[in-house]
Amino acid sequence: MSNSPDDPDAAGPRQRHVEMGVAAFILILGAITIFGSLKVGIGWGAEGPKSGFFPFWIGLLIVATSGFNFVSAYAKPSRKLFAEWGQIAQVLKIVWPMAIYVAAVPWLGIYVSSAILIIGFMRWLGRYGWPLTLGVGLGLQVVIYVTFEKWFLLSLPKGPLEDLLGL
Amino acid sequence: MESIGDLMGGFAVVLSWQNLLYMVIGIVLGVVIGVLPGLGGANGVAILLPLTFSMSPTSAIILLSCIYWGALFGGAITSILFNIPGEPWSVATTFDGHPMAQKGQAGEALTAAFTSSFVGALFAVIVITLAAPLVASFALQFGPAEKFSVFFLAFCSFVGMGKEPPTKTIAAMMLGFALAAVGTDTVTGQLRLTFGSTELLGGFDFLIAVIGLFGIGEILLTMEEGLSFKGKAAGINPAVVLQTWKELPRYWVTSLRSCLIGCWMGITPAGATPASFMSYGIAKRASKNGDKFGTGEIEGVIAPETAAHAAGTSALLPMLSLGVPGSPTAAVLLGGLLIWGLQPGPLLFVEQKEFVWGLIASMYLGNIVGLVVVLTMVPFFAAILRIPFAIIAPVILVICAIGAYTVHNNSFDVVMMLVFGIAGYFLKKCNYPLAPLVLAIVLGDKAEEAFRQSLLISQGSLGVFWSSGLVATIMSLGLIALFWPFLSNLYGRVLTPALRK
Repeated sequence: MSNSPDDPDAAGPRQRHVEMGVAAFILILGAITIFGSLKVGIGWGAEGPKSGFFPFWIGLLIVATSGFNFVSAYAKPSRKLFAEWGQIAQVLKIVWPMAIYVAAVPWLGIYVSSAILIIGFMRWLGRYGWPLTLGVGLGLQVVIYVTFEKWFLLSLPKGPLEDLLGL
Repeated sequence: MESIGDLMGGFAVVLSWQNLLYMVIGIVLGVVIGVLPGLGGANGVAILLPLTFSMSPTSAIILLSCIYWGALFGGAITSILFNIPGEPWSVATTFDGHPMAQKGQAGEALTAAFTSSFVGALFAVIVITLAAPLVASFALQFGPAEKFSVFFLAFCSFVGMGKEPPTKTIAAMMLGFALAAVGTDTVTGQLRLTFGSTELLGGFDFLIAVIGLFGIGEILLTMEEGLSFKGKAAGINPAVVLQTWKELPRYWVTSLRSCLIGCWMGITPAGATPASFMSYGIAKRASKNGDKFGTGEIEGVIAPETAAHAAGTSALLPMLSLGVPGSPTAAVLLGGLLIWGLQPGPLLFVEQKEFVWGLIASMYLGNIVGLVVVLTMVPFFAAILRIPFAIIAPVILVICAIGAYTVHNNSFDVVMMLVFGIAGYFLKKCNYPLAPLVLAIVLGDKAEEAFRQSLLISQGSLGVFWSSGLVATIMSLGLIALFWPFLSNLYGRVLTPALRK
């Protein structure tokens, strides 16, 4: 934390721009809700209000409040930063591996993916030596396997390696 | 005094070796969860919920509620020793708790915090024991309109009492309702808002939302701050504990006031966080040493901790008696009841007596066990915090992913968890409250059902919500809560200058 987001020299996206983006995103979700409600009917049917009745009004409220949030973020003269680029890079360092991890789980199974995630993370960001890295990365998989599959009898997703090992 | 007899029955249920073991495991896990960044009461319970599917409901709720108590205790440890609030409700504890630790009084601060937590929780459990059966028997006569009015009041309280801008609170809450609406319409069985996607047929599960919003979102926030833990040593020994206990009764007024604030804020779903701030603020104004607050006053630790625990515990009162949870963690526990096949709400007190009183009895015992565990194991918990973030972060991510997967044995849920996590990061940074969002996802279907049934009775007239004195009163209270920021603003602008003249 060399400099705070209030530092005028620091660079990064402005808080109000991000707030406008978030408000616009929520507004779009509200619009989708309204659209979807209209499709199933928002009027009065045989069993009372139709399926779209309640979500339609919810959608309207989302659009109205997000519209207000968008305008008030736009009108705010503040130059406050959302975060510095460096901080955003930090966050991305965990978002990318996580995205790959999530995509890999159905193919590799949860054990292999998790081991790769932990080992990669500890080597790359933590710069730990191999013994500790492998110990945590592989040891946790054993703990998870015993706890979930043996103790609580919950089956977790498995991949080619588990097939090979016959687990 | 029927409830005393029922409570004794509850103790009989709880006092088995197995349940006591679950209690201790729950407390220890809870404190660990409370201490670690990225794991909190709500998502800790959400992750472990699938593990309880095969247990008896009573054992399951004992384990999960003890995790909740443990998490409430755990927040204080990080606040005092590391100046890092492990949970949002322990932010106020850092104000005086950490300065005390810096002065070398970490033991006193921790003892005061744990004991106050215990007192707050005990007060709230007594309130639950006495009030919950009454509220429940009263609520048994509720029709759909009354049910909806209670939901209405609960959600309006978020708008009125939250510190976030009202339009953001409403936007977040309505987003939750919209997410809850996706999938099968519970009233007519029709599909809606799925847009032909098979993944959305089942709708959004709030457990996935909780794990993503609170777990992954929190990790991202911690990553951004680039945390490095620099803690004070945890010196706690029996002499310090006894010494502090001798001192504490002097502050009974602060304790009692904090208990009342906490219970009030917990039952109306404002939650533990505002309760702790409010209690700290009032204690600061009321105390003789008010100007010394912030420099390490023991009263500044007692006030927020008592209120936070009283609020966190009393949040279970509306959950049990009305089916309306007072906090995100209570909402997750409510989701648990549904999964175990129990219907939360007033009927629970009639149909599942053993379960309800077992839970209430476990609250008494759980908090006693909790106090003993935290007082004796502080050094162990503090050591966990010294594990570097580069090791803890991926491990927590993996645990969250497994938790999300086991809810429905579905890999797509793990993807949704990450989406909710990124959304949570942005929402939190842009000052949108997450608690009403989660509660809306949990209660959306029920609120909608009550709303539509009411309209069906009245043939579409909104007048049904003002048709009887009870419904009208609750709805009016809701409207007052909804417009409270506006009303208090108006009061400040119009009346105060007028009075000055």
